[in-house]
Amino acid sequence: MNTMPPAVSIDIRDVNLSYGATRVLKDVDLSIRPGELFAFLGPSGCGKTTLLRLIAGFAQAQTGQVLLDGSDVAGLPPWQRDVGMVFQSYALWPHMTVAQNVAFGLEERRRPRAEIERRVAEALALVGLEAYAGRRPAQLSGGQQQRVALARTIAIEPKVLLLDEPLSNLDARMRLSVRRELRALQQRLGLTTIFVTHDQEEANTMCDRIAVMEAGVIRQVGTPMELYERPANLFVAGFLGTANILPGRVAGDAFEVTGGARVALPRGAAVPAGARLVFRPQHAALTPDGALRGPITHREFLGATVRYGVDVGGTEILVDAPFQSTGDLHDAGTTVGVALAPERALYLAE
Amino acid sequence: MSVAHLSSRAQRGTFSGPALLALAIAAFLAIFLVVPVGAVVYVAFTEKGTGAPTLVNFLDFARTDLFVRSFWNSVWVSAMTVVWASVLALPLAYLTTRFEFRGAALVQTLGFLPLIMPPFVGAVAMQLLFGRNGTVNLLLDEWFDVRLDIMEGLNGVIFLQAIHYFPFILVNLSAALRNIDRAMEEAAQNLGSHGIRLFRRIAFPLALPGYVAGASLVFVKVFDDVASPLLLNVKEMLAPQAYLRITSIGIDDPMGYVISVVLIAIAVVTMWGSARVLKGKDYATAQRGGGGLNRRKLSRGQSVLAYALVLFVLALVLAPHVGLLLLSLATVWSFSPLPDGFTLAHYARVLGDSSVYIRNTLLYSGLAAAIDVVIGAAIAYLVLRTRLPGRQALDWLAGAALAVPGVVLGIGYLRAFYGITLPGGVPMATLWIMIVLAIAIRRLPYALRAAYAALQQISVSLEEAAENLGARRSRIVRRIVVPLMTGGLAAGFVTSFATAAVELSAVLMLVQNNSDAPLSYGLYVLMQTPAGRGAGAALGVIAVVIVAVCMGLSQVVVSRSQRARGLDI
Repeated sequence: MNTMPPAVSIDIRDVNLSYGATRVLKDVDLSIRPGELFAFLGPSGCGKTTLLRLIAGFAQAQTGQVLLDGSDVAGLPPWQRDVGMVFQSYALWPHMTVAQNVAFGLEERRRPRAEIERRVAEALALVGLEAYAGRRPAQLSGGQQQRVALARTIAIEPKVLLLDEPLSNLDARMRLSVRRELRALQQRLGLTTIFVTHDQEEANTMCDRIAVMEAGVIRQVGTPMELYERPANLFVAGFLGTANILPGRVAGDAFEVTGGARVALPRGAAVPAGARLVFRPQHAALTPDGALRGPITHREFLGATVRYGVDVGGTEILVDAPFQSTGDLHDAGTTVGVALAPERALYLAE
Repeated sequence: MSVAHLSSRAQRGTFSGPALLALAIAAFLAIFLVVPVGAVVYVAFTEKGTGAPTLVNFLDFARTDLFVRSFWNSVWVSAMTVVWASVLALPLAYLTTRFEFRGAALVQTLGFLPLIMPPFVGAVAMQLLFGRNGTVNLLLDEWFDVRLDIMEGLNGVIFLQAIHYFPFILVNLSAALRNIDRAMEEAAQNLGSHGIRLFRRIAFPLALPGYVAGASLVFVKVFDDVASPLLLNVKEMLAPQAYLRITSIGIDDPMGYVISVVLIAIAVVTMWGSARVLKGKDYATAQRGGGGLNRRKLSRGQSVLAYALVLFVLALVLAPHVGLLLLSLATVWSFSPLPDGFTLAHYARVLGDSSVYIRNTLLYSGLAAAIDVVIGAAIAYLVLRTRLPGRQALDWLAGAALAVPGVVLGIGYLRAFYGITLPGGVPMATLWIMIVLAIAIRRLPYALRAAYAALQQISVSLEEAAENLGARRSRIVRRIVVPLMTGGLAAGFVTSFATAAVELSAVLMLVQNNSDAPLSYGLYVLMQTPAGRGAGAALGVIAVVIVAVCMGLSQVVVSRSQRARGLDI
């Protein structure tokens, strides 16, 4: 474990996968760089877990290739892939002790007894569970069980590490600390790692890059900040963070929002067909005038900011204003204008 | 609410309906289960004549070569039956739960076969098929000049029992395998395990509770079987010895009772042992995330192998049925691969002058099943719906019948009721109704399970609603509970009826003359002589048909009543 082999790239090329008539993955193409901590992010049923299982060999695609370090593994059964997977339920075997669980993969590889003992101890030390080697999984807490599952997987020194919703069975407080631990461990091992989650906060805080998936399709790949700042489509904009989305059409050098208001387009802006106006609540401000106008529908006090709902031509948009004092608040029913810097406006299609 | 209401009434000291019911059931179980078994134990531990407590009977048992040999023979046969039944069941269970395999439904229906036909029914037919001069050996001898001695002596009993009882292991093990979270095995594959090692190290240990449940059941059933060894002419086993001792030396000889106590002890120790082995091993690994089982594909070669295995097992399982049918239609079948000619004369005979057997079976099984359903439903109601003190004891007592081998219960009835003479000088033990009661006690644990299942499907709130609307307890039971339980109880009745129809070991002790004998007894007697075999087989076929029809019927009743009540679960 001291001399980790160099990290491995993962390439997924033109993968299509169906169960009967249901298309679960559609034309998936993806390159994951060596050593990256990469997230598959999307709502449940988007195919992210299936894609992970495809890499592990538990699902078979109808077309396409899965390349580890450049070589196709499509023909290999799961037990020959050297792809370490941590299951959502951890799948610790209840009839074995912690040490036996961790030793399993090494025993299957017929390593000498002394080496197995050494590597089990190393793996348990890595996750801080040396003292629990003789326990049964049922005697451990959820967080400890997860660390055993992790130790069991990294003990075999896999080429890549796959984590299926690793935080979903932990309580909220555990999640925060485990996030940091996982990230630190991954950095230390330098292992190419894929992380499946439906939680954008997890993906944002931990991962180098994210693939956002919807209905079997990868909608965008990028760093967390890229995805937030420059979403490529309405789905990504709406899925990551809060976004105001206003329908309308291009009219000359402006975007005419349904209902009549016009927002100036930046010079040379490329507006795709069927695009809508998209902006974040914190990028707009309430003003006495402004192109977008309407009555305030509701007000939420969030602490540092106050979030207003404004009815603009039948669509409710959200605007965040910094909280100064109670005297500055606007009441529901007051008609206000919404100011928006042109460079903060995005024009995105589905 | 209803529960509290009831108990408050019980505490007032007046004998309420439930309390009277409980007392009546307790009295019934005491007289027809506790007293007979107690009588057996008493005789085993007392000196003949004086009644002084002693262990000398057990010393005699241990000093008699025949008994010691019989004991170890029974242990050997039961253990080897478990081994061979496992050899048949393990691959089938794994195959049908883990691979895409078209034959899966076929394999799972094998699970019902031992209920349809207990091993003694097909014993003689199996000898004609696989015995020294049976079909298989005659053909093997002719073609390859070899013989298989699989039906000789103890091996014959092992072979017969294994192919009859392996489905108990198959059904339990399959259910356990299906309940394992698929990630358990995927994690092992992910770490480099597959094939036999994956099964041995992960799947089987996790399914162990199901396997042990099935295996211990098989062990006890084989250990307690009287008729199958006797029909294969094997006398040196423990249960047959108990029967032979009592019938040849008489009911005053203590040895039959000592053997009975040993049989009970073996059953109790086996069940206790399996419970101990499983303690803390109930790995409830229900699904968390991830869909159902991930069935793997079989390669072409594996498919061929799998189908070959299933067809081979199917041939074995159907062999006694086919043999029985052939035997029932044969003119003469001896020293030839197939009967010399075919006739319906045996059926004419059993439907004619031997039809009393069939009539008796229908009467006895019907009565026994009715008793079981009534008592089972009553116990289930008392346990689940009241707080009557001691209600658990009723449940425990009824369930304890599982540990009492049929032959022991029969001996107990003889001992306890032979001395009691009715007006007219007839000993109570010789009445045909005693056969009915013995069968009823034997089948009660199964009817009780059905009653629990039926009652658990009914929400307590349905009864509370009636109570809220002003109905009295007795009316609620009559108008709400009983109608809703009907489907489940009907299924319980039919299953009890069917299995009672092929009950033999207790019956063997209690039949005093042929006119009182049920079908299973008639079959046993007829099978003893070459001349009677054809008719015996015809009776066997009729028994199989009765049981099969009943099993089918109970399936229909259950699914229909569930659909009618929207309980489609």
